Amino acid sequence: MEILYTLIILLPLLGSAIIGLLGLLSKPFSRQEGLIGAIGTLSVAIPFVAVVLAFLNFDGEAIAIPLFTWMKAGQLTISFHYSLDQLSLLMMLVVTGVGSLIHIYSIGYMKNDPGFYKYFAYLNLFIFAMTNLVMGSNMVVMFLGWEGVGLCSYLLIGFWYKDMLKANAAQKAFVANRIGDFAMLVAMFMIYRDLSVEGAEVTFSYKEILAHNFGENTSWIAFLVFVAATGKSAQIPLFVWLPDAMAGPTPVSALIHAATMVTAGIYLIARMHPVFEASPEVLTIVVIVAALTAIVAALTAIAQNDIKKVLAYSTVSQLGFMFMALGAGAYTVAIFHVVTHAFFKACLFLGSGSVIHAMEHMHTVEDPQDIRTMGGLRKYMPATGTTFWISTLAISGIIPLSGFFSKDEILASLYFHGAGFDTYKIIWAVALFTAVLTAFYMTRLTILTFEGEERFPKEQKTPHESPATMTIPLWILAGLAAVGGFMGLPHFTHLNWLGHEWLDKIIENNHHIHEHAEEAGLGLEIGLIALSAILAIVGVLYARNFYKKYGLEGDLRIERSLGGLYRAMQGKFYFDEFYQRTLIGPFTWFGQNVMSWLEENVVDGAVKGVSEGVASIGEVFRRLQSGLITNYVLIVSLGALGMLTYLIFG
Amino acid sequence: MLPILLFWVFAALGIAGAIGLLFNRNPVYAALSLVVNFFSIAGLYLSLSAEFLAAIQILVYAGAIMVLFIFVIMLLNLQEEQGVTKFDTRRGIAFIFGLGFIAEMVFVLKDMSQNSVSGTYELGKVEAIGSELMTQYLFPFEMISVILLSALIGAIVVARKYTHS
Amino acid sequence: MEFLTPNAFTYLAVAVIMFALGAVGVMTRRNGIVVFMCVELMLNSVNLSLVTFAKMHEVAGTEGLPSPAANGSMLVFFVMCVAAAEAVVGLSIVIALFRNKLNIDINNLNIFKW
Repeated sequence: MEILYTLIILLPLLGSAIIGLLGLLSKPFSRQEGLIGAIGTLSVAIPFVAVVLAFLNFDGEAIAIPLFTWMKAGQLTISFHYSLDQLSLLMMLVVTGVGSLIHIYSIGYMKNDPGFYKYFAYLNLFIFAMTNLVMGSNMVVMFLGWEGVGLCSYLLIGFWYKDMLKANAAQKAFVANRIGDFAMLVAMFMIYRDLSVEGAEVTFSYKEILAHNFGENTSWIAFLVFVAATGKSAQIPLFVWLPDAMAGPTPVSALIHAATMVTAGIYLIARMHPVFEASPEVLTIVVIVAALTAIVAALTAIAQNDIKKVLAYSTVSQLGFMFMALGAGAYTVAIFHVVTHAFFKACLFLGSGSVIHAMEHMHTVEDPQDIRTMGGLRKYMPATGTTFWISTLAISGIIPLSGFFSKDEILASLYFHGAGFDTYKIIWAVALFTAVLTAFYMTRLTILTFEGEERFPKEQKTPHESPATMTIPLWILAGLAAVGGFMGLPHFTHLNWLGHEWLDKIIENNHHIHEHAEEAGLGLEIGLIALSAILAIVGVLYARNFYKKYGLEGDLRIERSLGGLYRAMQGKFYFDEFYQRTLIGPFTWFGQNVMSWLEENVVDGAVKGVSEGVASIGEVFRRLQSGLITNYVLIVSLGALGMLTYLIFG
Repeated sequence: MLPILLFWVFAALGIAGAIGLLFNRNPVYAALSLVVNFFSIAGLYLSLSAEFLAAIQILVYAGAIMVLFIFVIMLLNLQEEQGVTKFDTRRGIAFIFGLGFIAEMVFVLKDMSQNSVSGTYELGKVEAIGSELMTQYLFPFEMISVILLSALIGAIVVARKYTHS
Repeated sequence: MEFLTPNAFTYLAVAVIMFALGAVGVMTRRNGIVVFMCVELMLNSVNLSLVTFAKMHEVAGTEGLPSPAANGSMLVFFVMCVAAAEAVVGLSIVIALFRNKLNIDINNLNIFKW
């Protein structure tokens, strides 16, 4: 078994190296799409099998996979030690499972792309980095993965780098992530400072960090980790990169920017929850930021017309839900939502990929991602349409699909966080409203894409269903999205496997939630569940009827009734413009004016000064090289005399 | 009494010869001044009872080398140096260097006056030198012949008249 | 009369003065041959000092090893030989130079520049 666990870590790296290097060196190999796809998929699928085996044989004790010592410096020892416990096993199941499906899907999606091998090399590398992030048993290996997924995200967003807009999107993602990474580094430095005080050996392992009492630094560490998480997991204020990240190939959006990488922040906070638990004020910040993110993103999603943009904002909004759960101290619930969200959001993205694929092949629509030129597609693409519908209903929270259970748990955690009226009740209301919005915009997206009149030009070709490599993953994901929620049934049923049987073993949730729920009584609990279930159904039905009736006109009607707010939604609440004005603009101005002045006068001045100084010194000493032997003799003699003087008197 | 007198006479003559070399503008006169100097040094060697070296000094330097010099001077039909009376910085520095060098060396060597150089010097005699040369210094002695041979060939090669085609 | 008795210092002083005069000659004279002769003068003054030291340290060498005194004489001998070789080569260079430049003023010999 031991070797199998090592394979989980090494195979994706090996696959990436083989595909990348062979593809780079051998042109014939780089065209063997079947072979490359097989290698790429197997190097994720085999680890998935290994993870499943580990999951089935799991006996409650974390599996340690020590590989080797990375570096040793004084008190500091960093090792490549991995571990599989309940949390990382669950995350790994999602990462490798969804990862395998998306690899299979990509074989069809990326067909005939000149960068086929590169794509799979990057994708495998991403899985490797994600494995490090999730399985690393110390923070440094985790950070290696953290940076690694950022790099792969950058590479894959800018995969079609010849398009300047896409290259810029990649850069934006990278820079936004770096801000978060900086906070993470500072957090790690603080941790090291505190751990190393006692002269003890520092390994940065979670066990060591979580056992340590950081005193008054706890809040700072928690806050910095949260800032890091806002970068990777796209929360206000660093979420702006995620909508732009849709420039990458759609399977990438599904895997990296919906299912796995963006949940890294949630994973990390869940992993380090004792630190957060010890600093409630940071949790309050988390929950407020998360609620803001969720509602802002949901509102923005209503007014977008790009199929992937809608999904991107939906992702930001759902990540907001997860952070709300974290902020309420319900870490298990957050992870639950991570898992269900991975299923339905991956399915939605892959479905949108399938749609884009079909629209592209018609060659008649200008923008294959614009839902205004779609409509009625379910007739042509039954598999895609059906799975998309299932996932839409799941994310909207229709009972009994997976999204219902996880979202309901989040709402319940927020409501029962405190006994009386407090901030969390307001947050609960916001979350409930956002849930309704989610149902609304997702239904709008699905109706406009798959139902109603066909708005694409129909003269020549009709859209066609995607190949089996693409539809099979869709069906699997849709199935999981449908039934995945049963792993975490509501608390009162006492059948919550995910919580009670699995994650609660290592994660200590805020126990007040259950206490308050029990105090409030079963009636209120069931009433809340019914409320959110009914609201979701109302949201879906209302949107369905509204857009069935009015079609694209519906957007205009909303615009008329909302006015300025709608324009703000369309303009994505002007976050990009705000950053442009307040940060990027002044920075660019500073660069263009002040820095270029400094460049010309100070830096160049110093460089030129050195060269001119050398030249003028040379001008002086050049005269010494008269070419006259007599002068040389004179100088040598004077030197000798000088040395003699030094020897005698010195 | 005589050795003392000899030393001072030869010392004065030697320095006078050196000064003559330095200040005579005519190369032939300069060469003749140098011959005086060489003879004086031979005398000083004698006063140090290094008879063999004194003989060699006269034979090699005063005889062979100086003849060669004068031969070349005659061959090239050299004139007196022109415009050397003008004082320039380099000249001044050179003289200061000379005076400084003498001052420093005298300062270092003044304690040497304790050491006597009178008495006999067995190793200055011809048979002592000869046996040393043929035993301890055999290899360097043979190498000297190689150096002299290569100098001979080198001189012919360098001074040969090239016929430009 | 005591102070007139030649000792090591007086010999060495003579050698130093000759050396300094020779060195100044090398630096100030422009005639190539005279510069050469000044070099010979310097070599001779060094020879004189070597002989003086040899006489000063006259001790018998241990069996099989050259004595310091013999070293001095030998060195002088070899210096003379090398000086002879050097004079030959040097003078042939002067002749070659004269052929090319038609004078041997070393101030015209600034080809060491660049």
